[in-house]
Amino acid sequence: MSEILRVENLWKSFGKLTVLKGVNLTLNRGEVLVIVGPSGGGKSTFLRCINHLEKPDRGRIMFDGQEVDESKVNINQIRSKIGMVFQQFNLFPHLKVVENLTLAPIKVKGLEESEAMEKARRLLEKVGLIDKIDSYPSQLSGGQQQRVAIARALMMDPDLMLFDEPTSALDPELVGEVLDTMKSLARDGMTMIVVTHEMGFAKEVADRIAFMEDGNFVEEGPPKEFFKNPKNPRTREFLSRILNV
Amino acid sequence: MPYWLEVPIKSFPYLLKGAVTTLEVTSLSVLLGLLIGTFVGMGRLSRNPIFSRPATVYVEFIRGTPLLVQIYIIYFGLPSLGLNLPKFPAGIIALGINSGAYVAEIVRAGIQSISHGQYEAARSLGLTHWQAMRYIILPQAFRNILPALGNEFIALTKDSSLVSVIAITELLRAGQIVISRTFQSFSVYFAVALLYFVMTFTMSRMVRWVEKRLAIP
Repeated sequence: MSEILRVENLWKSFGKLTVLKGVNLTLNRGEVLVIVGPSGGGKSTFLRCINHLEKPDRGRIMFDGQEVDESKVNINQIRSKIGMVFQQFNLFPHLKVVENLTLAPIKVKGLEESEAMEKARRLLEKVGLIDKIDSYPSQLSGGQQQRVAIARALMMDPDLMLFDEPTSALDPELVGEVLDTMKSLARDGMTMIVVTHEMGFAKEVADRIAFMEDGNFVEEGPPKEFFKNPKNPRTREFLSRILNV
Repeated sequence: MPYWLEVPIKSFPYLLKGAVTTLEVTSLSVLLGLLIGTFVGMGRLSRNPIFSRPATVYVEFIRGTPLLVQIYIIYFGLPSLGLNLPKFPAGIIALGINSGAYVAEIVRAGIQSISHGQYEAARSLGLTHWQAMRYIILPQAFRNILPALGNEFIALTKDSSLVSVIAITELLRAGQIVISRTFQSFSVYFAVALLYFVMTFTMSRMVRWVEKRLAIP
């Protein structure tokens, strides 16, 4: 297995608040990593540092052999290889579904409009929303919007997908359809980092689960071990709190 | 027909010509103001003080000084520095620079009204800052600020009467010329006011129509 992402000693503060405290991580191609942990523990910030939506204060991020650093490489080119799905979907409300999908491939990658259209159709087919191709985001349910957002990220042929609590803003009955889309993506071999509270998804799909608290990974391992024999007392406490609802 | 009524009716074509000039001056100033305002509005929000400082100074200075004085500076003041502008360009530039400051504040508010997530989503797809602005942020911002921009353009239409002082024969000055020959101040000024009202009312209706057309479903 070849390495696609390596994070070394990553630090990030917002004012006086230090959110990431020397985080390390390596991820191989095709791996699905699920990050869990209490809110405020730095999960989202860590994810957002990977594609430099937040600029880390210290540390190094290597993606596919290139250092992710705005002053050294073309950050836009790297971002186009890292798909990101947000908690709030962030679809572009003034553009139709199909335009949401085709804008970046045309403007960033220079795809022909016809090529981009064809690809958009294929991906909308895949997420089961081909009939919404000419709708506007506001005409879709939350779950549908999030599936469109996933398709939008896939349009760029990313080598890595980042999911920042993709189901947290959804009504409970809409969570399943989004998780199903993500599962099928994982089955297709996509490399993914998923920040989520969906333990069922973690158990079923993750190759590794990592527990982040107070700015660092406290424990990580394959899901079976992680859920059965958590070693760290913090992890145990967290798991007992969310599993015994 | 009484003389006071005959004058505005007979001179109506002449007043109308003035109104057309008003529209010409206003629309060119609106374009200039939009152009300036869009960039200055973005500049105000820049984290780089090289852009934000001058933008702030411009907005504060223009909004804090009378338009009439600004017109005088550009038409009567600049020639003493060796820059002679003909009256039309001078009037349009003065109005455009003035409007730009107000438009900048509207644009700034418009950009701030768009959630930061929109910008991040655009950047996460690999769009550059300018592409994100051009395709994602500004189109949404302009939809939100259309009513405010409409008000600004209507205000500018009325303010354009001030360029009568540099001998541009727009609507107000056309009226003054008629009055200087006929001494029918009330009826002629009233006709002038009516013509302004027809223009501004039409504009406010047009803005509303555009607003509806561009509304996001």
